[in-house]
Amino acid sequence: MIPTEAYLLLSLALFTIGVVGVLTRRNVIIVLMSIELILNAVNINLVAFSRYFGSVDGQVFAIFIITDAAAEAAVGLGIILAFFRNRETVLADEMDMLKW
Amino acid sequence: MGHLIPSSVAPYVLPVVYAVVIVAVLPLLAGYIVLLERKVMADMQARLGPMRVGPHGLLQPIADAVKLLLKEDIIPANADKLMFWMAPLVSVTMALLAYSALPIGPAFQIADLNVGLLFILAISSLGIYGIVFGGWASNSHYSLLGALRSAAQLVSYETAAGLGLVSALLLAGSLSMKEIVQAQYDQGTWFIFSVPVGFFIYMVGSIAETNRAPFDLPEAESELVAGYMTEYSGFRWSLYFLAEYANMIIVAGIATTLFLGGWLRPFARWHDHFPGTSLEFFDVIPSLVFLGAAAYCFYLAPRQPVQIQKIVMAAFGGLCLILAGAMAATLFASPAVMAGVHGAFWFMAKVIAYLYAFLWFRFTFPRYRFDQLMRLGWRFLIPLALVNVIDVGVAIILRQELGWSPFWAMLLMTLVTLGVAMWLASEGSKPATTLQPADTEI
Amino acid sequence: MILNQILFCFFAALAIGSAILMVTRRNIVHGAVFLISTLLATAGIFLQLQAEFLFVVQIILYVGGIMVLFVFVIMLVNLDVALRQIQFNRQKYVAAVLALVLAAQVFFALWVARARLNLANPADRMPARNTEAIADAIFQRYMLPFEIASVLLLVAMIGAVVMAKRRV
Repeated sequence: MIPTEAYLLLSLALFTIGVVGVLTRRNVIIVLMSIELILNAVNINLVAFSRYFGSVDGQVFAIFIITDAAAEAAVGLGIILAFFRNRETVLADEMDMLKW
Repeated sequence: MGHLIPSSVAPYVLPVVYAVVIVAVLPLLAGYIVLLERKVMADMQARLGPMRVGPHGLLQPIADAVKLLLKEDIIPANADKLMFWMAPLVSVTMALLAYSALPIGPAFQIADLNVGLLFILAISSLGIYGIVFGGWASNSHYSLLGALRSAAQLVSYETAAGLGLVSALLLAGSLSMKEIVQAQYDQGTWFIFSVPVGFFIYMVGSIAETNRAPFDLPEAESELVAGYMTEYSGFRWSLYFLAEYANMIIVAGIATTLFLGGWLRPFARWHDHFPGTSLEFFDVIPSLVFLGAAAYCFYLAPRQPVQIQKIVMAAFGGLCLILAGAMAATLFASPAVMAGVHGAFWFMAKVIAYLYAFLWFRFTFPRYRFDQLMRLGWRFLIPLALVNVIDVGVAIILRQELGWSPFWAMLLMTLVTLGVAMWLASEGSKPATTLQPADTEI
Repeated sequence: MILNQILFCFFAALAIGSAILMVTRRNIVHGAVFLISTLLATAGIFLQLQAEFLFVVQIILYVGGIMVLFVFVIMLVNLDVALRQIQFNRQKYVAAVLALVLAAQVFFALWVARARLNLANPADRMPARNTEAIADAIFQRYMLPFEIASVLLLVAMIGAVVMAKRRV
């Protein structure tokens, strides 16, 4: 039987890697992907506790998080596409002027 | 034999054997389905098809396989080598992995997951990556465009096909493949007779899912060269090919399990016996089919022009006789063995019938243009599939709460769904409204 | 039992390794491939935690939907010049320290509370039919979040179409 702490530590590791990705990468697409990684880490945490308590509430909440991640990814990528068409860049450092 | 296998390993032995059998048999089976397709195509075009390699072209797949294996392995310049290597592997792995939840008979299933149907759908949706990464890694415009088009088509029709399956799931009440077939046995009808519109939606969706005509724009020869497969040659191409035909068998297997009764024989609950024996009427059909095939082969054998063809035809007839004998012998064996063998026969027969429909459509309908394809998927099939799910729900409520008989409830709701379908089809044939420039200022 | 532990170690190593590779790749497409690998490993973890419905939902939605969207957009904004630019911005050292602090905080919280949380004894059994239990929960107890999630998806669909449309 795998102890619940193992899943929590795995979730923590993925969360930390996601945070590092969001804070350090210049390419906003990779920043978005790191955000997906963070949401995934939270999902593992929720499902581990759902298993611990023997109820499916954690899994239901994880499903809602996946739904939310889909919505956010769609809108975020739409924004990136629109920005790319205007400014020809996907680097976060260069997205610093609102109007020319 | 049981005491030779330690008990911790025992549950895994049979699934591993089944998995090895599937992985070993499937390439050969896919090759012979290609031969069948060429023969059927030839028959519909009033010609003979492959006849040279082996008698009646029966060794054509083997010759093709040898040729593909010996071809030079060309990798385009500036191609992403790792992904170029990985993409066909992803396609083939996902195609083969889906077989782990597919029941070929009551006994031949590697894993009876309680979410088996969703598992197969999930693995099929992973097959998109083989196409997308293959097109990307080829470093070629045609490949990338073909790959993106193919992926967009797959994603669009996956939704519609899934919703078509949901309408049958509402009647089955479970996602486990075994329980779905069991529900069809309990309710006494195959689900195709209860939700014919759902079957139609799933059939169209599955044709688009497997990139078959009339939805084969991404890989048709006269279009974008060969789409995402353009830069692949030799063994890598044969992996894509194998993945495509394995996918076809998978969607046929899903349709058979959900709509055509899986491994149940026709009239599974009708137990009339031959007088004096315990044989049932429909149970002798498998042996009769093989006997008929054997008789036909023996009839044709003396009429072949070449000696070797006579011998092969006679050998084929002998093979059919052996299978007929096997089918008849299992009638007197234990019920489990008989259920297993006859179930496998009925399952394969239905799968082959469904695949024949695929081949038939390929050579009957002209190809859809990509925008027509997208319009059909999003503006006809998905609304129709949603309406169908709602209608099946209403039919179930009519049956359970108001006590209508299942036949009238389903008939009424099928007519409602067909009415909606005709309305949607008439909407689709009207020209699309043209946007004025002022309309797009948001 | 031993198979359980081997599988957990395999999925955990795959998840963490792919995650690290994802945030360090220069080529965005490779990054997407590694994120797909992480998500598949997470799906395996869900299956180990007896969340079968979430396992298939993760694969269908996350890997088969969201990541396909990412891969499409990456292929549409492909910039060859991006491969030769600096990948990490100026705050990389601060970020590393911050991440370590965060990890240390959570680790400390778990350590301090390990006795009271009593995490070593998970409940005996999950509900037998996982999909039906989730359906009961969603459509009875969590009906309002479900409806809000569907409105959210509608809004996101409209928003994505508006943002990505070309000016005609």
